[in-house]
This record gives sequence, C-alpha cells and structure tokens, in this order.
Amino acid sequence: MQTAESTLEEILTLAAAHFKVPREKLSPDEDFFKALGIDSLQTLDLLTKLENHFHVELPDYELQGVSDFRTLAARIQARR
Amino acid sequence: MSGAEQFKGQALSWEVNGGVIELALHRPPCNELGSLSLGEFEQFASALDGLEKDAHALVIYSELKSGFCAGADLRELYQRSQAMEKSQALRGVRDFLERIHRVMNRLDASPLTTIAAVHGVTFGGGFELAMVCDLIIADKLARFCFPELRLGLIPGFGGIPRLKRDLGNAVVRDLLLTGRSFNATKAQQVGLVSQVVAEGEAVRAARATAAQIGKFDRSTAATAKQFIKPIPHEELRREIDIFCELFSRPAVEAGLKKFVESTDAQPYLP
Repeated sequence: MQTAESTLEEILTLAAAHFKVPREKLSPDEDFFKALGIDSLQTLDLLTKLENHFHVELPDYELQGVSDFRTLAARIQARR
Repeated sequence: MSGAEQFKGQALSWEVNGGVIELALHRPPCNELGSLSLGEFEQFASALDGLEKDAHALVIYSELKSGFCAGADLRELYQRSQAMEKSQALRGVRDFLERIHRVMNRLDASPLTTIAAVHGVTFGGGFELAMVCDLIIADKLARFCFPELRLGLIPGFGGIPRLKRDLGNAVVRDLLLTGRSFNATKAQQVGLVSQVVAEGEAVRAARATAAQIGKFDRSTAATAKQFIKPIPHEELRREIDIFCELFSRPAVEAGLKKFVESTDAQPYLP
C-alpha cells in the first residue's frame, strides 16, 4: 500500500532525475517551478511523467494553483 | 521527381527520402501557427501535387524539444486584431481560417499514407494538424489538448469535425468541454493514437511504419484511404462560421489579452 509519504518521496526522486537536479536540493514544501527551474511546457512533461509512473490520470485543472511537491503528492494519492 | 524535393523555410522544411516525404516543423518556441507558418504550409501543399507522384508516405514531425506544435499563434492573433477595426479583424480571421482549412483538407485528402510523429505539446491547432494525418505515433511524453474554450472559442482548424469523424462523441465532449489534456497512453486508449513509443523514438517509429507502407501497391492504398476517410466538408464550413461568430464576442478579446499578458507559470494549462 502506497502512503502519501512514499508517493511524495517517489515524486521528488522522479523530478530530480528527469530535470537533473540533485535530489537533496528538493524539499516537499518547496515551489517546484523554482526548485526545478521549469516553465509551463516542462510542467506538462512532469505531469505526464507522473501519470505514467503512478498509472493515474491527473486532469490539468486539478493542478491549477498547485506549486509544491506535497500538495502534488496529495492530488496523486487521491487518484490511486 | 516533380515538385520541389527540398525546401528549407523559417517555420518548416521538407525533403524526400526513399519515397517518404518528411515535413519538419522548427519555428520556436513550439511551432505556433501564424501567418509565416501558414505561408510555408501553403507552399508545401502546392508542392505536394508534384511530390506525391513518386512518394508513398508523408511523415510530419517537430525538430523542437518543446513539442510537436502548441497551436495557433495567439500573440499574433491578438496583436493583429488590436491593430485594426473589429470588422477588418474578423475578415482577417476568416481569411486565415479559409486558407488553413485548404491546407488541412489537402493534407487530409492526400493519396499518400500520412503519419504525424508527435512528442510533447500537441495542443489546439497542433492537435488539429496531427489529426489530419492517417496515423499518429506518439512518444510517451506527448500531450493532446483543445484549450480553446478557455478563450471563448472552439477549435478552428478543423478539430471538431475530425474528432467527430475519428472518435466516439463522449471522448470528443471530454476533450472539448473540460479542455483537459490527454497523455499519449490515454490518447491511444480512446483510439486517437496508433502507437506509443519511448521518449525520442516517434520519428524512428514513423519512418519504420512508412517503410512498411511502401511495400503496398500505392493505388490500392490510396483507394482504401479514400473509402475509409471521408472529409467532413459541410461540418468544416460550419466550424469556420461558428468560430467567426464567437470571435466577434467581447469575451474572446478578454481571453486572448489574458493569455498574451499572462505571467502565470502554467499558461498552457486550461
């Protein structure tokens, strides 16, 4: 059974690997746009990566206003 | 071979290899379709008359990392419509739509087997460009979306009639009325995408598919395509009329202004 914490940890690991940012530089409550240095198009890449990894669908509108890893993990957890 | 076998433009380029026409898009940031792109697409459509005689397939892809195509050039649309009177702007929009529909219809009806090899953002007009092709091959990071309702519009480059032709109505409603984006896996599940491949592999897979297509008799393939893929001309005409009617409403100007001036980190998200 995946917990919210394990989902969060997987997101951080996946984002760090995809955008080539050291994992230790990412923290759960950080603004992921700033932490990863990504623009709106790269955000879509991240969204797709997460959907593929967790086998969920994340409608774009559910991510409006979401900018930290912890809330992102909660949105994913709600669809697993 | 007849027709210009090679072309290198500012927005797109094409060349022919072994009976396969490859049309590459390369206008940053993400192949937005404006007047420059349209002019070059019209050149390509004209050249097709000659190119098709000795070819069996057409592959369309983007050379840009950002994606296949982000759709219409909304900045150009907004700036041009601001620079002229409303009635003149509306005539300009209708003229643009008529021209791009001619290009899309020409590609849709080509006797070649056509393949869109897509990755990343495949939104709005980019999605419509992919949909004129017979097959869509998508890499895992491709995303498909019709965000037009956010602007107070509907897709204007033939999207709705072609969606209705190719997919179930419930899926069409989901895409249009929520404006949400589908990833490649979802797009394949609903029947939009033919093959999903690993990141960066879409063009290679499209070339392999084009090579397979080359084994078949051209005339038979063209006859089969004509039989199974009708062009919904009446609905396409209606789409232009509806788009122009919506474009004249004040909400569209406000929506375009908001998009163009947005500093939102997620302006592409509906």
